[in-house]
Amino acid sequence: MKIQIRDALRKAAVFANRGKIPYILSLALLALGFILVYLSPRSIPAFLVFAAAAALPYFLEIRKPVKLALAVLVAVVLVPILGARNIFYLEVIFQIAVFSALALGLNIVVGFSGLLNFGYMAFYAVGAYLWAFFGSSQPFLLKAIPGTVPPGTPFFMAADWFYLFIFLGIILAAVVGLVLGLPVLRVRGDYLAIITLGFGEIVRQLANNLDKPINLTNGPQGISPIQRPTLGPETVKFFNNIFEPLVGRPVTVNQFYNILFYLIALVVVVAAVVITYRLDDSKVGRAWTAIREDELAASAMGIPANKLKLGAFAVGASFAGAMGVLFAASRTFVSPESFSFLQSVSVLTMVILGGIGSIQGVIIGASVVIILNLQVLQSFSLFLSRLRQSDAYIPIINFYWRDLSNQLDPSKYQRLVFGIILILMMIYRPAGILPAARRKRELKAHVSEDGGTLAMNGNGGAASGTKEDDHA
Amino acid sequence: MRRLIKADALREILLPLGRMAIFVLGAGALLSVVMVVLSLLFRGSGADKLLQTTQGVNIFTYTMANLPQVLIDGVTLGFVYAAIALGYTMVYGVLEFINFAHSEIFALGAFAGVEFLIILDQTGVLKTAGGMSPYLYLVLALIVSMAASGGTAVFIERVAYRPLRNAPRLVPLISAIGVSFALQDIIRLTESLTTGQFYRVIPTFGNFDDRIPLFSIPTGGAPIRVDIQVKSLVVIAAAMFMLVGLNYIVNATRIGKAIRSVAQDRNTAAIMGIGVNGIISFTFLLGGSLGGAAGVLYALKFTRIDPFVGFMPGMKAFTAAVLGGIGNLTGALLGGIVLGMLESFAGAYLGTFTMGNFGSEYKDILAFLILIIVIIFRPSGLLGEQVSQKA
Repeated sequence: MKIQIRDALRKAAVFANRGKIPYILSLALLALGFILVYLSPRSIPAFLVFAAAAALPYFLEIRKPVKLALAVLVAVVLVPILGARNIFYLEVIFQIAVFSALALGLNIVVGFSGLLNFGYMAFYAVGAYLWAFFGSSQPFLLKAIPGTVPPGTPFFMAADWFYLFIFLGIILAAVVGLVLGLPVLRVRGDYLAIITLGFGEIVRQLANNLDKPINLTNGPQGISPIQRPTLGPETVKFFNNIFEPLVGRPVTVNQFYNILFYLIALVVVVAAVVITYRLDDSKVGRAWTAIREDELAASAMGIPANKLKLGAFAVGASFAGAMGVLFAASRTFVSPESFSFLQSVSVLTMVILGGIGSIQGVIIGASVVIILNLQVLQSFSLFLSRLRQSDAYIPIINFYWRDLSNQLDPSKYQRLVFGIILILMMIYRPAGILPAARRKRELKAHVSEDGGTLAMNGNGGAASGTKEDDHA
Repeated sequence: MRRLIKADALREILLPLGRMAIFVLGAGALLSVVMVVLSLLFRGSGADKLLQTTQGVNIFTYTMANLPQVLIDGVTLGFVYAAIALGYTMVYGVLEFINFAHSEIFALGAFAGVEFLIILDQTGVLKTAGGMSPYLYLVLALIVSMAASGGTAVFIERVAYRPLRNAPRLVPLISAIGVSFALQDIIRLTESLTTGQFYRVIPTFGNFDDRIPLFSIPTGGAPIRVDIQVKSLVVIAAAMFMLVGLNYIVNATRIGKAIRSVAQDRNTAAIMGIGVNGIISFTFLLGGSLGGAAGVLYALKFTRIDPFVGFMPGMKAFTAAVLGGIGNLTGALLGGIVLGMLESFAGAYLGTFTMGNFGSEYKDILAFLILIIVIIFRPSGLLGEQVSQKA
């Protein structure tokens, strides 16, 4: 049965890659998806068709420039138009972009150098609080009681410093990454994972509690409002001039902010992808792989393992720092709740689901998890709440839907979803949906031996020897 | 020969009791001395003046007056942590694997026990219970929670850990995180479906909330009475009983010997005819049921539980296990007591000594800092590894 499906898939793939077919196929699907979403902006199947169409060209044999052109077309033209029609999609895609960058950063630490990090959100928090502090009136409120803002308090800085602060966020997060990464000099494996968890929690608790003695973070209430970069009315008018016929209605300034943040996030993601690609193919990337596979052997070959591991922490953190600044500006509000252990694990889930060490995989993982979270679970919740308001009931057991508990709201059960994804992936497909190219080659070579092993080769705890001996 | 075994058994019961006494007295005495010295040093400081204006006592009197209560709270908390920590340490000893889901096993035990008591309460037997019968009901609740938690732990091991036993170390850890998250929401789902609320409050019954006066300290004004809540006594007694029981099982029985041998060398143990899988399951059963019972004790002490209640105690118990030396049963006991005491002291005094600038909310940060520092600088913990010595 399984083999039959595989054969059918292979035949389909061969057919789809013949001659001009891939070009026609991807363009047609893209057009279909676009039209579907354009006509019914609220339909989720339509959105899924569009998302699949956008991802399809990647898997087909299409010349690289055409692939790039298609990607640019989707990212810069189609998505903003659809997003302007239904601002919710822009939110979904913005989140996908943000979490893709986060997952790419975590991928460098977990995937490339094999160091498990459970406190990754700490770096995101550092970036977010950096702009939250300087981009609001918080510096004037250091002595104020949290939650009280004297009327007429000005903002600390002009809003356009935001662009500079993206870079400052990168630098600060990298520095924090270096500091929090220091334990890698002594600790390995699962103990390191627990330490990073501890650091992540400490950062969150500090954000929660540093409203006294000096009110730096405004405590659990969070900082708000935070400035967004200025946006002249000319820009909005310019956009409307070109796109209004396509969108069908003029876009307001607030809606245009969503487009702006989406575009900035896109720039950061593209930068992150390029950097990750270049790193993966470079001497540093291969050194990371060597450390991941066998640190002792790598050091023996003259690889400065400690320096490179710290470097991995810093580079991974810097992506999160940039996104943190962006997050603070786009939400105009930050609070410690956004940086919990749940969030760190959700990024880890994206990396593991997509494929540890695989750049495309990580982006796909981020997209799947976000779409699952924001669309599938949400719409399921909506469906249930509609049922609850109706008079419908299950006939045989006479269960009225209106008696269904309010607590049963699928969108509140992310933990269950993440948990099940993590367990299933670890047991059945530890290399992810789209395994990294290097992994794939290794898996092919080892196919006669045991099934897939994970890219991460734990190097044993700090306290005792390794357990892999049993494996050999 | 028979007599020898009996003497051994007695030794295995008395020894941990002696250790507990030493650990409690030692940690308590040490921390008390530190606090007294600190309070003397802080005389005349801003904190002292603030205390004198607000409460009319100087900082030394304040410290001394609170000390007995803080110690009692610390011991209670410490025994709860120790009972949870044993689950981490046993699994680590046998599998060298951090069972991250143990904190949810603990939460699950708390819910099982509390639900059992709630059902009893609904039938009305709890309200009329007098004399010794509340204790009987509590013991029943403990048994129910131990069965639920132990069973779940075994099931989880079978489903989520055993398939990964020979995988690289980080793989089961990630799976364990997944189990932990999934369990939180499964508990939440079950609880919400029945009543629409995902937290539970343990019903009040018996005389657990009464306070037994111990002694009073004469001061200039009204004497300060020191008392202990009955439930604190119950928590301490129950935890001690379980810890001694576990120690007995591991050190003085046949199956305990098998556990120790599997911990030492799984392959050799298998060659010697020990069913390794069964022993590992049994280890999860022991650790899980102890964690579940600790959950009920926790619920008894703090009354309100929710599905996410396990995370912090779990992290602290793990810290305790690492602090004592992971894989080492005595170490988990020591670590639990030390950590419970530290937390109790920090909760009581940190706010006062820093004039409210760094309040008791920093006790969680303190626990994480201890964890990080111990792992970095002394990963073998205070007592070092004993159970799992591997090449």
